[in-house]
Amino acid sequence: MGRGGVYPRPLITRCKRHPKEKSLSQVKENRTRGEIRPVLAQRYADGWGVGAKRGRLQPSASPPFAATRRQVSVEKPMSQYPERLILNVGPQHPSTHGVLRVVVELEGEVVVRCTPDIGYLHRGIEKLMEARTYQQCLPLTDRIDYLAGSANNLGFVLAVEKLLGVEVPPRARYIRVIIAEMTRIASHLFWLGTHAHDLGAMTPLFYAFREREQLMDLFEAVAGGRLFPCYFRIGGLARDLPDGWTTEVREFCRTFPDKMKDYETLLTRNPIWIRRTRDVGVLTVDEVLDYGLSGPVARGSGIAWDVRRADPYCGYEEFDFVVPVGQNGDTYDRYLVRLEEMRQSCRIIEQALDRLPEGDIAVDDPTITYPKKTDVYTRIESLIQHFLLVEEGIRVPEGEVFHHTEAPKGELAFFIVSDGTSRPFRVRARTPSFVNLQVLSKLAEGRLLADLIALIGTIDIVLADVDR
Amino acid sequence: MSRPGETRLWVEEVLEGLPADAVLERGVFRDQWWAVVPRDRLLEVMKELRDRWGFRYLSDVTAVDYLPKRPRFQLVYHVWCHEKSALLRVKTWAEGDPPGVPSLTPLWSAAGWLEREVYDLFGIHFQGHPDLRRILLPPDWEGHPLRKDYPTEGPDWDLD
Repeated sequence: MGRGGVYPRPLITRCKRHPKEKSLSQVKENRTRGEIRPVLAQRYADGWGVGAKRGRLQPSASPPFAATRRQVSVEKPMSQYPERLILNVGPQHPSTHGVLRVVVELEGEVVVRCTPDIGYLHRGIEKLMEARTYQQCLPLTDRIDYLAGSANNLGFVLAVEKLLGVEVPPRARYIRVIIAEMTRIASHLFWLGTHAHDLGAMTPLFYAFREREQLMDLFEAVAGGRLFPCYFRIGGLARDLPDGWTTEVREFCRTFPDKMKDYETLLTRNPIWIRRTRDVGVLTVDEVLDYGLSGPVARGSGIAWDVRRADPYCGYEEFDFVVPVGQNGDTYDRYLVRLEEMRQSCRIIEQALDRLPEGDIAVDDPTITYPKKTDVYTRIESLIQHFLLVEEGIRVPEGEVFHHTEAPKGELAFFIVSDGTSRPFRVRARTPSFVNLQVLSKLAEGRLLADLIALIGTIDIVLADVDR
Repeated sequence: MSRPGETRLWVEEVLEGLPADAVLERGVFRDQWWAVVPRDRLLEVMKELRDRWGFRYLSDVTAVDYLPKRPRFQLVYHVWCHEKSALLRVKTWAEGDPPGVPSLTPLWSAAGWLEREVYDLFGIHFQGHPDLRRILLPPDWEGHPLRKDYPTEGPDWDLD
């Protein structure tokens, strides 16, 4: 039997050492010899008590988070605060979810000023796109938010299709919805696991990644890639679904709500989780609008704005789903909103599977989609068509469009300016993480350093999405 | 919920409601309205759009470099109205050397980082921005990569 079972652990870890207890090992020895009681009695007599009942923490005289409300003037120069400490969090720190560097000015444990420093993962995707044909741009979009590759693909192909003025066949549309919602679940699961892990809960990470792995396997089966599926193409899909794939997705949707109960039993009513998240990072409606926040961050504050509902694309208006909103706008509410979104995504997938029609998976337009491979080998017209599409690309009419979609992290928009050639003149990717991250310094200032970690998690950023 | 047709009509109403000399040019493409406003009227127009017409959400700030043209930089703003589910694209030309436009930070805090990014990648100065620094590139970077005269391979590219 391990030693962990012998000693009542909370007492050892939470107490200061009493003068009579010479060392921690001696405390342990005393306890194994049954001499624990006199020492404990002495503790209480001297006012050192740690709890009336074993294993339960006694509320301390001052609430532990009282310090967080302390007002510190940001305007005063540093020299007036000789005790201030400048701390670099990141760029290589596990709880910054990537290469985010935050320069934190601390007074004790209170954050006085917080300056995020981004750009470590800037790859110049917008510039690269200007030198590529529209099809070649598509694999770059996966890399914008690598936790939700298909969601980025979807945003880009829809923007190009809007420029072209084409609509994909119903089967392709439904499959896109299924994959996009699976991506949303996968992204939220990753968020859940890492966010809980940052705040000290180890178990949800393993549970969340277990389900995420199932989704990754399903992506792999359909597209060949796990993080970067690149399964959507301009004008449709790369290929049809493999046999038996829908059955597996159905099975996932059947079991997933039960799995979610596992996460909820671990976190939703967990007192530590509640204390770390409730009233942390409160955002009012006005602040949300002022900072241009979108996605679950905005919905946590009670703004029922979801692009899928407000400006439907891919036929989202045909599906029955709820847009969950929070009340307090704190980290806990955003947690609840994202959990509910996963359930709703599951419902959307089930509805799409029920109605999944047969038919084409891409528009039948030789200037947009590739011919069948068998035709390329046997028919000269198809060979020429294939050659032209690869060599010259898709000619897109002159104009500019802005198309936004509801990515897992918020509003993802592509603004494309076309000059009538097969390469975009300018592509702008408005990514949710970049805009949402801006509010971090506002939320963190005046709070504990430990809350900063909770806040980075609750905004749900991916640094690839921030830096592009 | 309003449908695309109704929304388009409503945005047209909004554009009619703006001061006539504040809209230089306007048009609609793929159901999306756009309007070009003079640079010195930008703040006034955006304030009216936000306060009177309910475009309270600044979705995006970006720029496009039309190199041989003069002026060459066009600033593109996208605003969204939650109540009407309507999108409007407001554009303006950046003039001067260095090119500059008024900053939208007095109206939206969201403009802070979005304008810093445009400054970083295009070199456009936003007058009145409280903290105009590079954001994505290192502070000592030379040049502005999204300009059309900046090579994709980078300034030091040499085939040898």
